[in-house]
Amino acid sequence: MANDHIDLVVESGQIHSLLGENGAGKSTLMNVLYGLYSPSSGQILVDDVPVSFSGPADAMAAGIGMVHQHFMLVPVFTVAENVALGAESTSFGGVLNLGDTRRKIREISAQFGFDVDPDALVEDLPVGVQQRVEIIKALVRNSKILILDEPTAVLTPQETDELMEIMGQLRDSGTSIVFISHKLREVKAISDTITVIRRGKVVGSAPPDTSTTELAAMMVGRAVNLTLNKADATPGAETFKVSNLTVMNDSGHRLLDNVSLSVSQGEILAIAGVQGNGQTELTQAVLGLHKHVLGSITLDGKELVGKSVSQVLESGVGFVPEDRQDDGLVGELSIAENLILDLYKKAPYSRGGTLNRSAIAQNSVEKVSEFDIRAQSPRDAAHTLSGGNQQKVVLARELSRPLKLFIASQPTRGVDVGSIEFLHKRIVAERDAGTPVVIVSTELDEVLELADRIAVLFAGRLMGIVPGKSSRALLGLMMAGLSAEEASEQMQSQKESGTTGETGEGVQL
Amino acid sequence: MSITAKSETPKVADAVAIRSWKMPILLGILSLFSVVVFIILGPSGTATFRISQDTDAWQVPDLVVPAKAVGALVSIIAVALTYLAWRQTRDSGKIAKWVITSFSVVFVIGVMVWIIGGTSTQNITLVGLFAGAMLITTPILFGAMSGVLSERAGVVNIAIEGQLLAGAFTAALVASITGNAYAGLIAAAVAGVLVSVLLALFSIKYVVNQIIVGVVLNVLVSGLTGFLFEKIMKTKVDGATIYNQPAHLPNLPIPLLSEIPIIGPTLFRQSIIGYFMLILVAALWFGLFRTRWGLRVRAVGEHPKAADTVGINVNRTRVINVLAGGAVAGIGGAYFTLVAVSSFSKDMTGGLGFIALAALIFGRWNPIGAALAALLFGVAGNLQSILSLAGTPIDGQFLAMLPYALTILAVSGFVGRSLAPAADGEPYIKE
Repeated sequence: MANDHIDLVVESGQIHSLLGENGAGKSTLMNVLYGLYSPSSGQILVDDVPVSFSGPADAMAAGIGMVHQHFMLVPVFTVAENVALGAESTSFGGVLNLGDTRRKIREISAQFGFDVDPDALVEDLPVGVQQRVEIIKALVRNSKILILDEPTAVLTPQETDELMEIMGQLRDSGTSIVFISHKLREVKAISDTITVIRRGKVVGSAPPDTSTTELAAMMVGRAVNLTLNKADATPGAETFKVSNLTVMNDSGHRLLDNVSLSVSQGEILAIAGVQGNGQTELTQAVLGLHKHVLGSITLDGKELVGKSVSQVLESGVGFVPEDRQDDGLVGELSIAENLILDLYKKAPYSRGGTLNRSAIAQNSVEKVSEFDIRAQSPRDAAHTLSGGNQQKVVLARELSRPLKLFIASQPTRGVDVGSIEFLHKRIVAERDAGTPVVIVSTELDEVLELADRIAVLFAGRLMGIVPGKSSRALLGLMMAGLSAEEASEQMQSQKESGTTGETGEGVQL
Repeated sequence: MSITAKSETPKVADAVAIRSWKMPILLGILSLFSVVVFIILGPSGTATFRISQDTDAWQVPDLVVPAKAVGALVSIIAVALTYLAWRQTRDSGKIAKWVITSFSVVFVIGVMVWIIGGTSTQNITLVGLFAGAMLITTPILFGAMSGVLSERAGVVNIAIEGQLLAGAFTAALVASITGNAYAGLIAAAVAGVLVSVLLALFSIKYVVNQIIVGVVLNVLVSGLTGFLFEKIMKTKVDGATIYNQPAHLPNLPIPLLSEIPIIGPTLFRQSIIGYFMLILVAALWFGLFRTRWGLRVRAVGEHPKAADTVGINVNRTRVINVLAGGAVAGIGGAYFTLVAVSSFSKDMTGGLGFIALAALIFGRWNPIGAALAALLFGVAGNLQSILSLAGTPIDGQFLAMLPYALTILAVSGFVGRSLAPAADGEPYIKE
């Protein structure tokens, strides 16, 4: 059961936040409100009138619009075609008349300062603009209630600020907004009311001035330690070096452009940036998963570029991929088998070409207890585990070899808060054991939590490397394409003109 | 809000390290071929292109060219274009479109002059080449339109062959029984729809792999029509196979238009099926890209979930399109028995349904592109049969193979990428 007897009242002209962990049932609830899923019991009232939705068309007719977490836009269509789809204005015989739609898009665009070209192809637009197209889609349909499902997950801090401003404008023009998020900071900054959901149930409401720790406790169900206690790094020798690394796709477009960085033993370097700015390619290049790589990557003085994946792993690289279900685990195999995916060829797991079942079982029992993997039995298929426990399996496997370099991509994406704490502690422990650690994360909170130094990637280029305790505003500017120097200059000049309060820091507590 | 962040992507350095040498190499091989074949082994006589048929109202004089001289000119241009392509690849990694286009045109001219200059009998007419090609083009084109309808909505249609065959059989049977060719035509459309019902039922409702369903349907229709052919059509009543003597659809030449050289005899001296085909291509193109129906169909084929969230019934759209595709392919099948030949024979579609799939891909899922590809395949097929009669320097079977070799090149990305609708072949299951 994803939702269990949920009661929710959204007042008109309000921003009502729905706070909950990944998998708490927020999205399910909203998909019910939008007519995508049908509820097994209970009812929905709009303006005190009971409604029943057999599909999204009914929900839209009742004035509910939704901006999905994964945009519902056809990439090869223009903005106007996407907005028109499903509510097209036509002339005789069903012939499309997009002029009308273009005019409406321009109107809304002007009203809220969206700057959206109705004739641009959606696939050519940056993510932030695509999101505005989604909002326009809802507004064109005269939505009174707008549901935003994790809208900030794909945005830079600045884009997030802009979105918050748009949400404020919409509220002032009388639209009710349901804002779904698991980010406490954003929820506190924008909401009129907060409803917290845990395991499919409403656990309570809170005013926006509730403290972060209180909200976190409601969300998780117990007191959580939000700050990680980690000692300052004691960097040793620089053993991992990336110099002038360029990665290209098949048509020669640079996905990673001349990136140089190095990581010392006993240090965590976090790679920050909005999704899709070259982070994936960087990790692929290190692992030997990418075809077109120029430049050099050395570990302990040995060149990794041009080596096969097994040679790279052999040289002591541990790697947690960003998509654990596709790349990190084989879902149909058991937990025990997943724990030895990298070592099955070696003793004691292999005995003359056959698997040593007892050694594998022995290993799984040890790892399950060491990494607190919550499973019925190590023989269960890996896909039956929750996200957090799956990630623990991946981490347990990758940390089981003696490492000279540890890379983790999105180590806590879609993982519950309890597991995040654990995973972060293990990563810091690996650092303290003297391994150079690279963390790739799009969550700024996580970057600030773990990093000793932060490298920011934008459009495949390195914007600079800054200390781990840098401000969010600075990182936000770098994530939007300013070099470290340009960003700090801009911060400086704004501080002097006294406008800092309205800028990058706007959503700060 | 006062931060002016750089939102535009910085200009990526132009130096490109990855170059594809596939194209220059291909052009080089073809140039070498033309030098060897057109000049060294080329025919020494003249090549005569007859534009008009003797019966045409307007007689256009024959075009006579010296074969070897044209061959030499073609080879020189081909070599020059290859050099240009090599240089463009070296400098920028990209070859200008016009280079490849002109190479293709020049090369095709070279091949034509070489073949016609080398034939012993000089009675190949261009109009005969095109008009005869319609015999092959028509079923391919209908099959390809069936593919456009279903694949644009996201259902892979491998069952085109079966739909054509079912149409051919049913048309022959019903037209024989009723003595009315138009009744046969309608029955053929119904038969195509029935095949589609099975395709839709299994691939959309029961989410069976669409390729497997299609292949199985082809085998099923082949077996079923083969069986009924033996049991019903071969039955003789009073010494005649009365269930396999379908009435024919008459040719309906359009006054004036049918007198235009080349185009007239090719397009405007056809049966009702031929005219329907012309209208269908235009209507499908307009429908897909200019109407509400088309926008929704394309959305369903590209991103079904997005279509669902704006209230479009994804699976209903798909079922309707698959059924419409069945009707179209059924009519294409009727062409075999009501126009092309006068009776049904076992497996008479001879794989044209699969070639229709190739035309669909070569034409990039666009009705007009697919129609041109069908025409190309038809001309090549017809050329082969003409040449095997006329006696040529190369084997006709080899020429017949060329368009399909071209299709493989097209599909594998030599001639630009051919992109299917994003959700083609993926069933849509609501959570």
